[in-house]
Amino acid sequence: MKDVIIGLEVHVQLNKLNSKLFCGCSTKYHDSEPNTYTCPVCLGLPGALPVLNRAIVEAAIKVALALNCEIAEQTLFYRKNYYYPDLPKGFQISQYDYPIATNGKLVIEGDGERQIRIKRVHMEEDPARLVHKGPIERSKYSLIDYNRSGMPLLEVVTEPDLGSPKEARQFLNKLRNILEYLDVFDGSLEGALRVDANISLAGGARTEVKNISSYKGVEKALSFEIVRQKNLMRRGIKVVQETRHYDEARGVTISLRTKEEEKDYRYFPEPDLVPFKVKDKVAEIRKCLPELPDAKRRRFVKRYNISEHHAKVLTSELGLANFFENVAAKVGANQAATWIADVLKGELNYRDLDISAFSPEHMIQILHMLEEKNITEKGAVQVIRTLLDKGGTPAEIVKQKGLLKVDEDVIAKAVDEAIKENPAAVKDYHAGKNEALHFLVGQVMKKTSGKADPNVVNKLLREKL
Amino acid sequence: MITKKDVEHIGWLARIKLSDEEKEEFTTQLNSILDYFAKLDEIDPNVAPTHHVSGVVNVFRDDAVKESLDQKDVLQNAPKKEEGFFKGPRIV
Repeated sequence: MKDVIIGLEVHVQLNKLNSKLFCGCSTKYHDSEPNTYTCPVCLGLPGALPVLNRAIVEAAIKVALALNCEIAEQTLFYRKNYYYPDLPKGFQISQYDYPIATNGKLVIEGDGERQIRIKRVHMEEDPARLVHKGPIERSKYSLIDYNRSGMPLLEVVTEPDLGSPKEARQFLNKLRNILEYLDVFDGSLEGALRVDANISLAGGARTEVKNISSYKGVEKALSFEIVRQKNLMRRGIKVVQETRHYDEARGVTISLRTKEEEKDYRYFPEPDLVPFKVKDKVAEIRKCLPELPDAKRRRFVKRYNISEHHAKVLTSELGLANFFENVAAKVGANQAATWIADVLKGELNYRDLDISAFSPEHMIQILHMLEEKNITEKGAVQVIRTLLDKGGTPAEIVKQKGLLKVDEDVIAKAVDEAIKENPAAVKDYHAGKNEALHFLVGQVMKKTSGKADPNVVNKLLREKL
Repeated sequence: MITKKDVEHIGWLARIKLSDEEKEEFTTQLNSILDYFAKLDEIDPNVAPTHHVSGVVNVFRDDAVKESLDQKDVLQNAPKKEEGFFKGPRIV
């Protein structure tokens, strides 16, 4: 038995669609004035009736198929009743019995492959956004923005198969990657992802941590909760089953003392929406599924003959995978894989940028210069950094920074000089001291302002000594 | 059987404050409603559930954007507002 048992309920906004779940209000409300993307339906005004967006059902089926789920014969919406300012109707339209999909699985790659079972996938409407002046516990009132109200959400519920906060993070990364491949989700938008996590330690009760709203937050909230529960157990105090709220700013979980239980939600079938029988659409949707991350990774290894590790990194984001294929069409695939997965990706991560910040054309130009031995590897890294920090073109940067590689006869001259000027080092080298060679290489590099190819310098030095 | 405690809980769920007389009154009323529904125990439970009475399925709309309401109109009936937001009590 595992020490730590974690199950996740992941809410993702299908924010790539045009309109909301049950009304024609636009989903592109981010960075807009509050309450400017609303209508009688998403404001819950009396008499307004919801009508289901067809594209959302199709997107839900796509996601469910990518998660290897079974699609329901018939799917229903329910009213989940609770009183809160973010729900203007006094209930949320969600799914309960008869969710759109059940019984899936997702394979994550951590230390070896692990299969995580998916319990169910269901559709529901997003509540409004609440804003508080200052910390929530000290604010006197709530401000409500209904722009988010009625946004289409998918809730993906896992079985308690995750064994650590790190695995939870890996699961979320994989899920995000699949959703972006399916072109239904933009994970960079505010509020795109929210997670509730169930967590227990062996022999203890389970707590539910709500309100985790970032990828990093999941790992932090769960790690905090593990330490909290361990400390209680160490002191002989029982962990109670409860709901806790994650405070992102302080990185702690706080007891919510909620009095609501599942039966208090008084779920019942939403009378304003008819049942949906969509199974006959499944075959058609399955045919239109794009190549998913695992399949792409296998194809990259086979087609481009690159390492499993490089293929994994390159397919971890759709943008990165497309970038690689663009570049690999023009230069050697192995060279491209190394430079994109190892060098460029690292430089992007360091700057918190994604691949759209770099042009594949520039990468091709840089790799051509390397292939023709016009610049050194060190010079190529410098070009990449300058492009990211200041812009320009590779050719300009090479010229401005004087990165053009020094010809072999210039290096030969510098080598001759270095040997002449450092007789002591030459003597040491002949006495078998390897450091002396390093010293001489350093002298040559200094004379050529670091533009000489170190391999050539090494080769020439050994020859001439 | 519905007790006074159940009525208090239901009142809390709806965020409605009930007086002692109301609690007594609603306990009696809700019990008589439940008694009436007990008639359902007499029917054969082995029939398919009716989730919707119309028999209609698959009513969709296309994923097309329609114009939203003006912020001014949206807020016109709000008793309390601030900087374009609705203003309400803080509930934690």
